[in-house]
Amino acid sequence: MSIQMMLLQLGKGMLVSVEIFALTLLFSLPLGLFVSFGRMSKNGIVRGLTKAYISLMRGTPLMLQLLIIYFGPSLLFKIRTGTEYRFVAVIIAFSINYAAYFAEIYRSGIESMPIGQYEAAKVLGYSKAQTFVKIILPQVIKRILPSVTNEIITLVKDTSLAFAIAQAEMFTIAKQIAAAQTTIMPLMIAGVFYYVFNFIVALVMERVEKALSYYR
Amino acid sequence: MELLEMQHVKKEFNGLKVLKDISLSVSKGEVVSIIGPSGSGKSTLLRCATMLEKMDGGSLTYMGESACWEEGDKCVYASKAKLKEIHKCFGLVFQNFNLFPHYSVMKNITDALISVDKISKKEAEERALVLLAKLGLSDKKDAYPCQLSGGQQQRVSIARALAKQPQILFFDEPTSALDPELTAEVLKVIKELAKEHMTMIIVTHEMQFAKEVSDRIIFMEHGVIQAQGSPEELFDMKNERLKEFMGHLSGNL
Repeated sequence: MSIQMMLLQLGKGMLVSVEIFALTLLFSLPLGLFVSFGRMSKNGIVRGLTKAYISLMRGTPLMLQLLIIYFGPSLLFKIRTGTEYRFVAVIIAFSINYAAYFAEIYRSGIESMPIGQYEAAKVLGYSKAQTFVKIILPQVIKRILPSVTNEIITLVKDTSLAFAIAQAEMFTIAKQIAAAQTTIMPLMIAGVFYYVFNFIVALVMERVEKALSYYR
Repeated sequence: MELLEMQHVKKEFNGLKVLKDISLSVSKGEVVSIIGPSGSGKSTLLRCATMLEKMDGGSLTYMGESACWEEGDKCVYASKAKLKEIHKCFGLVFQNFNLFPHYSVMKNITDALISVDKISKKEAEERALVLLAKLGLSDKKDAYPCQLSGGQQQRVSIARALAKQPQILFFDEPTSALDPELTAEVLKVIKELAKEHMTMIIVTHEMQFAKEVSDRIIFMEHGVIQAQGSPEELFDMKNERLKEFMGHLSGNL
């Protein structure tokens, strides 16, 4: 296999890894917010269920969750899943797993807000929804940014777990080529890819933090 | 007309009676100061009046409109829409300012006008500029709260409350978080408002200021109004506890 060929194949894998990354963030960030609402709900049943959900998601390996979501429908319910389900399963597993982590980060941010902000908004006549969207959430985002950055960096590396169900992303392809050609080169390239990806993520998040540093 | 009427207000926290049957009415243009030792219930009274705390008994009426009344042995609050209207009657200035840190001074003042009261942005900003000029903050309109001194922040929060053109303005220990110099600059603003006959209810520890600015001073202790009257009346009263309290304060000065 020529080096160009190898790079081309790895390039396709990179694209899939980036897709998994982007789609997971797209779904898990908002989902996490709703989970955090459930976690802080006044309703004991809702709160209990969300707590159990978060506990399960954080307490078992993501790889295992991925396998269950991928094989579950066919093995448990005899549903035929097409080949395109592989990618869908990856996105579902990653999204619901990361939502649990994000939920706890949101909760820490929301609970750290001083009560005075709510009271000032209430006296000025803001509705509950307005208070949350205009007053609370922007400040929460600033507060939780460092923890969110941590999670996002972990996510970049976790995309390689899709290898467990043979989703053709960066890591899966690198390992295949390495085994077939008996060369370490593709694995090295994969390493560089993850590092550069995270370097960019860290850079972007730093920019965002800086953009929000105009107030304390 | 009475702008605010509170009748037989009761409030307890976990069985601790903080307000025991307090009645208070305030008429238009009146400046009322509430003094008393810490834990006497004065802040709680203000928080009940501004509906940040739910009352356990009694009634609350703004300009003849019932916000809260007693039914059986419980307090019932008016409908959401009604309360929204009633909220427009009053403003509150907090001890810790509670400005929105992510908004500029201008936006702190105008945002509620625009998104709650549906006033046009242009009009809201004009209103804010007039108030900022009045409070000596014209050059700070684009600043963020963290760039201001405590006194400036408190003046912004007064501007924010005034921008809604309330009938009554409540102050909850507005200078307790400020050093003497900054205290003076905030008290000056309140005195000017008093001259314009703004109706105000002020919880304060600044005795000299209360004496100067108030039409009526209320002395609270143990959840009840122990004494009230004009500053002259109050300072001449024979109430032992009141004398003791004021003696402590003047001793400190």
